Amino acid sequence: MKSITRAKPMESILASLDGYDHVFVAGCGTCATLCRTGGVEQVSAMRKAIEEAGKLVTGTLVIPTACDTLTHECLDQNREALEEAQVVVVMACAFGVQTAAGYAGRPVQPALDTLFFGLETSPGRFQEVCMQCGDCVLAQTAGICPVTACHKGLLNGPCGGTKDGKCEVDSATDCAWTLIYEKLQKMGRLDLMRTYCKPRNHQAMPKPGQVVIALERG
Amino acid sequence: MAQPFRETLRSGKFVVTSEIGPPKGTKLEPMLHHIDLLKDVVDAMNVTDNQSSVMRFPSLGGTLLVREKGGEPILQMTCRDRNRLALQADILFAYSRGIRTILCLTGDAVPVGDHKQAKGVFDLDSVQLLCAVRTMETGKDLGGNDLDGTLEICAGAIVTPEAKPIEPQMIKFEKKVEAGAEFFQTQAIYDLDNFRRFMDRARKFKVKILAGIILLTSPRMAVYMNRNVPGVFVPQSLIDEMEAAPKGAKIAKGIEIAGRTIRRLREEQVCDGVHVMAIGKEETVPDILKAAGF
Repeated sequence: MKSITRAKPMESILASLDGYDHVFVAGCGTCATLCRTGGVEQVSAMRKAIEEAGKLVTGTLVIPTACDTLTHECLDQNREALEEAQVVVVMACAFGVQTAAGYAGRPVQPALDTLFFGLETSPGRFQEVCMQCGDCVLAQTAGICPVTACHKGLLNGPCGGTKDGKCEVDSATDCAWTLIYEKLQKMGRLDLMRTYCKPRNHQAMPKPGQVVIALERG
Repeated sequence: MAQPFRETLRSGKFVVTSEIGPPKGTKLEPMLHHIDLLKDVVDAMNVTDNQSSVMRFPSLGGTLLVREKGGEPILQMTCRDRNRLALQADILFAYSRGIRTILCLTGDAVPVGDHKQAKGVFDLDSVQLLCAVRTMETGKDLGGNDLDGTLEICAGAIVTPEAKPIEPQMIKFEKKVEAGAEFFQTQAIYDLDNFRRFMDRARKFKVKILAGIILLTSPRMAVYMNRNVPGVFVPQSLIDEMEAAPKGAKIAKGIEIAGRTIRRLREEQVCDGVHVMAIGKEETVPDILKAAGF
C-alpha cells in the first residue's frame, strides 16, 4: 500500500515561496516516486521552475523513504545546502513532509497533496483500497470495501444513483455495491447482503489516531 | 384539516401524492402558491430536502407551511447533510409540530449539487434512518438513551423499478421493508410492462407502492433523462409521441401521457397510487389528475 499524492499547482507553490530567495528541494524515493510526483525527474523540474522564478536552489535531494527516521541522516549529509536555504520544498506525502519538518529546522512547503492510501492497479491508475475507518466490514462484503469504494460509504446496498453498474458521481467508476452483489451471488452468500448492517462506529479510532499495545517484558 | 397520510394509505383508495420544491432564498410566495394549488387535489405533499444536493429553504420549514395551509405534508429527510444527532433532533421537532409522515432517503451525492466542496455526511443510510425512526418509537434514541415523550411516524422510502441491475435494488427494497417502511414512492416509471414485473415482486410485501410520475415537457427532456438520470427510462415510443406533438403543445402532450399512465395504473390496479413530480411545473398537477380521470 502506498501513499498516493498529487502535485499542487506550480503557481501556488511559487506563491508560497514569496519572500524567500534560497530554497532547498527534497523528494521521496518511495511512494512519491511511484506516483511520479516526487522522484528524481520531478525534483529536477521543480529546481528548474524555482530557478526560473529568480530564486537560488541551494541543493536538492531525493530521500530514499521520506517518512523513515533515516530522513534525519539524509538531511544531515546535506546540512550545508540545507542551512543555506530559508525554506524546504518537500515533494513527498504529508507523512514525509512532517518527518522532514521535524529535522529541517526551517519552514517547509509541501509541494504535494496527499490523497489516499492505495495501489497502482494499472500503469498510471491509482486506486484507494482502505480508508482506515477502524471498523472493518469486509467479512460482510465479499472483501470489497463499501466504506472506501462507494462514494457515499453506504453499508446496506446501492443507492438510487447507480447506473448500469457504475457510480452516479463518475461513470468511469464501478458501483461498489454492484460489485459486492455480483461477488456474493457467485459465492452463494447473498444472505450477507440481506442482513441489516447497523450504523458504523465513527469513534472506533480515536482522533487523533493513537494505539498503545501492551508489550511483553523480555 | 387533511386526513393523516397513514389513514389515507390504509383506506384502500388510490393514493395521490405530489411534490413541493422549496425556494432558494426567503421568497416563499411561489411555494405557498403551489401548496394552495395542490392541498385539496392530492392526499399529501412531499417537501424535498436540498434536492439534487442544491442548498435551499429546508424541507422541515416547508412541511410546517403545508400544515399551516391545511395540507398533509410528507417530510423528506436525506442522510447527506446531517449526522445521527441532527436527524433524530429534527425528527423530534417535526413530530412536536404535527408532522407525522417521513420519507427516508440516502440523498444525492454532494458533487452533483451546487456546493461541490461540502462534506457529504452519510453517517446513516436510508435503511438505518428507517431503523432510527422505529427505534425512537420504542422510546429510545440511537445511543440507547430514554426519550421523554412518545412519537409515532408513518415512514416511507423510495425504490427504483428501472434500476439496472435490478437485483441489488430489490435486496435493498426488502431491507427497507424489514426496517419499517410502510410505503414506497418510486423513481419515475414510463415503461408499464417493466413496472408490472416489478410490482409482481413488490406485491409480496405488505407495503403500499406509489408509482413515480414525472411530467415530460419536451422530447429533449426525455432523451436527457435517459442519458443522465439513473433509474429513469423513457421508451422510444413516448419520445416519438412527444416529438410528433405540435410546437407549443408539448406540455399538453406530456400532461396527456402522464394522465393516461395514471389512469391505466389505477384502472388496472397495478399499484396503490401515484407520486406526481412536476418539477417546476406544479401548476400542471391538477390538469394531469383531470386527464387521469380524477
